Amino acid sequence: MKPSTVVTGIGVTAPNGLGTKAYWAATLEATSGIDRITRFDPSRYPARFAGEVPGFVAKEHLSSRLLPQTDHMTRLALVAADWAFADAGVQPDQLDGYDMSVVTASSAGGFEFGERELQALWSKGSKYVSAYQSFAWFYAVNTGQISIRNGMQGPSAALVSDHAGGLDAIGQARRQIRKGTPLALTGGVDGSISPYGWISHLASGRISTAETPDRAYLPFDAAASGYVPGEGGALFVLEEANAARKRGAEIYGEIAGYASTFDPRPGSGRPPALKRAITLALQDAGMAPQDIDVVFADAVAVPELDRLEAEAITEVFGPRGVPVTAPKTMTGRLYAGAAPLDVAAALLAIRDGVLPPTVHIEPDDGYQLDVVTGIRTTPPRSALVIARGYGGFNSAVVVRSAR
Amino acid sequence: MTRREVAITGIGVVSPGGIGVPEFWSLLTEGRTATRLVTSFDPAQFRSRIAAEADFDPAEHGLGPQEIQRMDRAAQFGVVTAREAVRRSGLDVSTVDPGRIAVSVGSAIGASIGLEEEYRVASDDGKLDLLDENYASKHLYNFFVPSSIVAEVAWAVGAEGHATMVSDGCTSGVDAVGYGCELIREGSADVVIAGGTDAPITPITLACFDAIKATTPRNDDPEHASRPFDASRNGFVLGEGAAMFALEDLEHARQRGAHIHAVISGFAGRCNAYHMTGLKTDGREMAEAIRVAMDEARVNPEDIQYINAHGSGTKQNDRHETAAFKRSLGEQAYRIPVSSIKSMIGHSLGAIGAIEVAASVLALEHDVLPPTANLHTPDPECDLDYIPVTAREQDTDTVLTVASGFGGFQSAMVLTAPGASR
Amino acid sequence: MSDKFTIEDLKSILRECAGEDEGVDLDAQILDTKFEDLGYESLAIFETTSRIEREYGVSLGEEALNDADTPRALLDIVNARLLSLA
Repeated sequence: MKPSTVVTGIGVTAPNGLGTKAYWAATLEATSGIDRITRFDPSRYPARFAGEVPGFVAKEHLSSRLLPQTDHMTRLALVAADWAFADAGVQPDQLDGYDMSVVTASSAGGFEFGERELQALWSKGSKYVSAYQSFAWFYAVNTGQISIRNGMQGPSAALVSDHAGGLDAIGQARRQIRKGTPLALTGGVDGSISPYGWISHLASGRISTAETPDRAYLPFDAAASGYVPGEGGALFVLEEANAARKRGAEIYGEIAGYASTFDPRPGSGRPPALKRAITLALQDAGMAPQDIDVVFADAVAVPELDRLEAEAITEVFGPRGVPVTAPKTMTGRLYAGAAPLDVAAALLAIRDGVLPPTVHIEPDDGYQLDVVTGIRTTPPRSALVIARGYGGFNSAVVVRSAR
Repeated sequence: MTRREVAITGIGVVSPGGIGVPEFWSLLTEGRTATRLVTSFDPAQFRSRIAAEADFDPAEHGLGPQEIQRMDRAAQFGVVTAREAVRRSGLDVSTVDPGRIAVSVGSAIGASIGLEEEYRVASDDGKLDLLDENYASKHLYNFFVPSSIVAEVAWAVGAEGHATMVSDGCTSGVDAVGYGCELIREGSADVVIAGGTDAPITPITLACFDAIKATTPRNDDPEHASRPFDASRNGFVLGEGAAMFALEDLEHARQRGAHIHAVISGFAGRCNAYHMTGLKTDGREMAEAIRVAMDEARVNPEDIQYINAHGSGTKQNDRHETAAFKRSLGEQAYRIPVSSIKSMIGHSLGAIGAIEVAASVLALEHDVLPPTANLHTPDPECDLDYIPVTAREQDTDTVLTVASGFGGFQSAMVLTAPGASR
Repeated sequence: MSDKFTIEDLKSILRECAGEDEGVDLDAQILDTKFEDLGYESLAIFETTSRIEREYGVSLGEEALNDADTPRALLDIVNARLLSLA
């Protein structure tokens, strides 16, 4: 019998709320954090909306020693990690370093930092490049900085699989718990809302150019026209269930299942692999489709991708067979932070006995999905979270009540 | 319950001075160096102008014009080495359920060449704060998210199982192999294409290592610039390349009569939680990774017959690592030959850990230990047997390879010969 | 910009390039305190000296910098270079 892995702490930085409490309150009130970009002037670009984390003043949370060497998203991650520990009632400095792992996901690293240094190099010369560039941009930066800040020396990693990476990180953290590391900090906090980041997002061809924020991200709607990028995400403290109970920790829920697949090569004629990721995650959790009370969809809002996701969901659960929601319609897609934020929402939904809504959309009947467009008070005991990454990454996590 | 063992049945390598496994192994065993002044761009403005470049023409290795255009050099290395690994494994992938084939690619900095080139054009060499999207390639997103490299590798080998990138700085390569190993052990894959790739020889990478004086400024003697464990060492030489492996469940490999290069018998990673680039002198966390990897492999220090070192050639690394060997292996550390192939092929960041696994496997197979080139005057604080200059023949069944990376990552892997009874 | 590099100049660059450790008061008597004890490791010093070189148009020399482990020693090097430029 594999040991059970549970979540005992959550730290959230989201576009519709800084901190778990603010995020969850906004989400249940259907308050969106998507608005016109403020971090640079987006006027010249065809897409101008993003989900920016509000009210984050880094120096209120972090030492000035850390500020010159960190990208914005790393600062968000360090603070989210602090909050996850505090929420779990764990003081990392009281634990042995080898007993704590860090596994985070990233999509593009500290991209804004890297962009600034590229500009310094090409407009002024190599001597203008920062000594911190060698690690502030690379994909492992959040794992490394969180490890250092909290003295975590256990087996650690950074995983990159675009929007799917956040779930892969949780899967890897669960492996470490199963292999005997008592605690793992995992999830993803991400973001690249800078001019170079922005034109990179645009190059994916998946970004909405809608004219108003409430029409910009409409998954499973006939008017779907792409998504809105956002920043932030969630980090979790994971522990082995018995150890967590023994120390009297409050348990949000169990990471009961995880699986990940990759789509066939384009043009191969083979079926897409998302359904298999869902089925394998259910198998891994030892659960049947009817045991799942809500699905947090990946919800790209690109019609073809929505159709593929809807088909996978209906093939597993039947037409309108399970409530499906996408609270990310209030935050935008947070890249490696997206799915962890959904996992946080799923755990909070289980705690509070509510299903958070998908906002702004009118579901297209053709998808045959039961989309949660207004808050529902049917208490869920379990949830499936789906995430996909550009190129064909499919990951799925099942969380369930630990009670 | 007996655990599933993991066999390496195929290897692919792109290395400076050696494209393909045979050329790579010749370079190492002959002790030749592939370090030189940078040729892919004018390095005049940099403090360190040396690199170990791979003379790699993607078209020669079967990549079509469209593949070449949409793939960064690191992706090209990854695809070419993955194909070589599968080819050499003799595995007919069409006989394996694609859903049981996984991909685990290590890379520290992903598509950095593509990203820098696109930046230059879209910003007009930094003149524009607001980059012009009309000048960006439509493949820019492939460079932006390095996971596109993983996708290319998966497509190249027909994998539909779990696929991800392990990006643990300079331990990425060995960590990705360790990650792949875990997928087989836990039963979520039967075959894993695992390894590392990086193509970091770009102006921005040279500049960032210049800024911390991590790379050697020995520009007047590029062929002898990478000097691990030598008293005169003064920084590493940047490299590039990739190594990929076909990993299989050992029983699966035996049943199909595959040639088994080596068994991955132990792997562990730890973090120093100390500094993003700095190392404490005591080597404590690397020693712990070595101890745990040996434990997992059920071997003792007396069983280790060769150590493929991280040996980057920076002042602090080589001492840190020497301390880690002594701490984990005790007196035995003095009896085990150690070498650093970075002396010959430089430090290719997220690739080198995998390339060093390849070197370790070949050392096991051929019973030849690659040397540490350019080692003439050992640092008194580095007092182990570092196999200076000339390769050494030695019957070898058990090898330890280690890696150390920015972010504090410390990793160790134990490889054993397939016939070795244990 | 004055022609002499003062401790105030250094402190302002340090704050900008590397911040200020909690528990360290840069406004105290720090001239002879080791950078290490002020919470600045090699990266912070690289970033700081590189900024000084650019802003003041001097080249400080790697070997000299290796030995400059206090603010006073660093000020001396910078001012000697500035003098030789004048």
